[in-house]
Amino acid sequence: MADAGNKKEIDRVSGVETTGHEWDGLKELNNPAPRWWRWVFLVCCIWAVGYWIVYPAWPTLSGHTEGKFGWTQHRQLKESQGEITARRAAYLGRMKGMSLADIRHSPELYEFARAGGAVSFKENCAACHGTGAQGNDVRGYPNLNDDDWLWGGDLDAIYKTIRVGVNSGHDEQRGTQMPSFGRDGLLTPAQIDDVTQYVTELHKGDAAPVTEARTRGAAVFADNCAACHGKSGEGSIEMGAPRLNDEIWLWGGDAASVHNTVTNAHLGVMPTWENRLDDDTVKMLAIYVHSLGGGK
Amino acid sequence: MLDKHKKVEKNSILLLVLIVVVVSVGGLIEAVPLFRVQTTIEKVQGMRPYTPLELAGQDIYVRENCSVCHSQQIRPLRDEVERYGHYSLAAESMYDHPFLWGSKRTGPDLARVGGKYSDDWHVAHLSAPRQMVPVSIMPSYDFLNREGLDLTHIADKLRALRLVGVPYTDEMIENAYNDAMAQAHPETDSAGLTERYGTKVQVRAFDGNRDMTTEMDALVAYLQVLGTLADIRNYNPDLAPPASQDKAREGEGK
Repeated sequence: MADAGNKKEIDRVSGVETTGHEWDGLKELNNPAPRWWRWVFLVCCIWAVGYWIVYPAWPTLSGHTEGKFGWTQHRQLKESQGEITARRAAYLGRMKGMSLADIRHSPELYEFARAGGAVSFKENCAACHGTGAQGNDVRGYPNLNDDDWLWGGDLDAIYKTIRVGVNSGHDEQRGTQMPSFGRDGLLTPAQIDDVTQYVTELHKGDAAPVTEARTRGAAVFADNCAACHGKSGEGSIEMGAPRLNDEIWLWGGDAASVHNTVTNAHLGVMPTWENRLDDDTVKMLAIYVHSLGGGK
Repeated sequence: MLDKHKKVEKNSILLLVLIVVVVSVGGLIEAVPLFRVQTTIEKVQGMRPYTPLELAGQDIYVRENCSVCHSQQIRPLRDEVERYGHYSLAAESMYDHPFLWGSKRTGPDLARVGGKYSDDWHVAHLSAPRQMVPVSIMPSYDFLNREGLDLTHIADKLRALRLVGVPYTDEMIENAYNDAMAQAHPETDSAGLTERYGTKVQVRAFDGNRDMTTEMDALVAYLQVLGTLADIRNYNPDLAPPASQDKAREGEGK
């Protein structure tokens, strides 16, 4: 590498000054960076200084620079929510002091609440109850389209169920727990077989064939199940005990499923939504669920 | 310009000095904010270190790389707040090492998934995602139901986290194993656990199987606590105390 000293050397072919560095006869041209590039660089530097002035930027001893206009992300969020909040407030403000029944009878508010509830349902409820609220009888998530309600199907009951949840740990939770008749040895396997047969045929009423097993099962039912599920299996909304004399099943109605339920029992859990959703949303959800077809 | 550069290139001492200067400036710009990071953490009630069981669950979350598809940061944007709830606070991940904010949402954000679904749903969904969500492309994590939870090093994990600033006490470290077991076994005495981590600690057989403490127990316990600790309802960013007050408070602490 030869050194050309301080003398400037111009390349003969391109007419550009060289750096004076030479490798095996090759010399490096000293082209300046493109002008557009230098301008972009300069503008970026100026932009950065402007940014420091306008937006929060540098840490200081007592915090950080706040920026000229006090911009923060949460204020920007609030502004972007402003429009939608104002539009909703027109309805929500009127809903505030109204009972759910009153909202139901105000066509305009009812439509608003149903639409809002539908959106919230898809995000929060559909994971268990299904996008069409059809439920899931393998996991015991009830169908919300029918008129079979575990905890009551009027607006206020649905509202409360959503608010406090089922076996959710909420202070006012809707709590229920069926005993594990088989696992805890409350019934013998033979008794469970009998009562399974009785329960799977309950919906047939008097049309069910009279067998010895069924008669024994009826006795087991009367002693062990009727306290919660009712004498004729009509269920109890106070205790959240499902109705057993219809063909709607929470955990499956075939003999194997019923046998499993009697043996091990199930503990259904629905979370409380009180602290996750605001009261307006819970109200709208109640109205939406009520409107699905089974509302009382 | 080039001529001046020549001086630097030919004088190694000068070059060395200038390198030190440049690296120092760059280093300061990177390092100083770290010492000021406390001023960016909001003062919000309710945050506590993870219980040993939740921590074991977080380790499974890391091991299975959940954060590749699930973020844990609700950004302060209208759509996200509408869907997921209050935007995430820095305070809410102050005990996360490593933080699990993620950067891609193939699945939904999980920052506030705690309490949104039942334990049973989580177990069912992790075991067979498409049974719960037909269009899901999440892999099945059914094996977590069968893997016993390895708590051999749980106390060491707490100890290591204390080194990086998580306020685990000696008592917490000493009882780490027992606390983990107590949280997954509701029939045992969990008084010590709630005394150390607060009465709001969720004690349940998270995987629905009382006979065995599985990795599913730990993962579900972790998922169920996500986003539930900070008292977000009483948080008002405009009322958050300015950093100068924090300094005074820190001074008192010392």
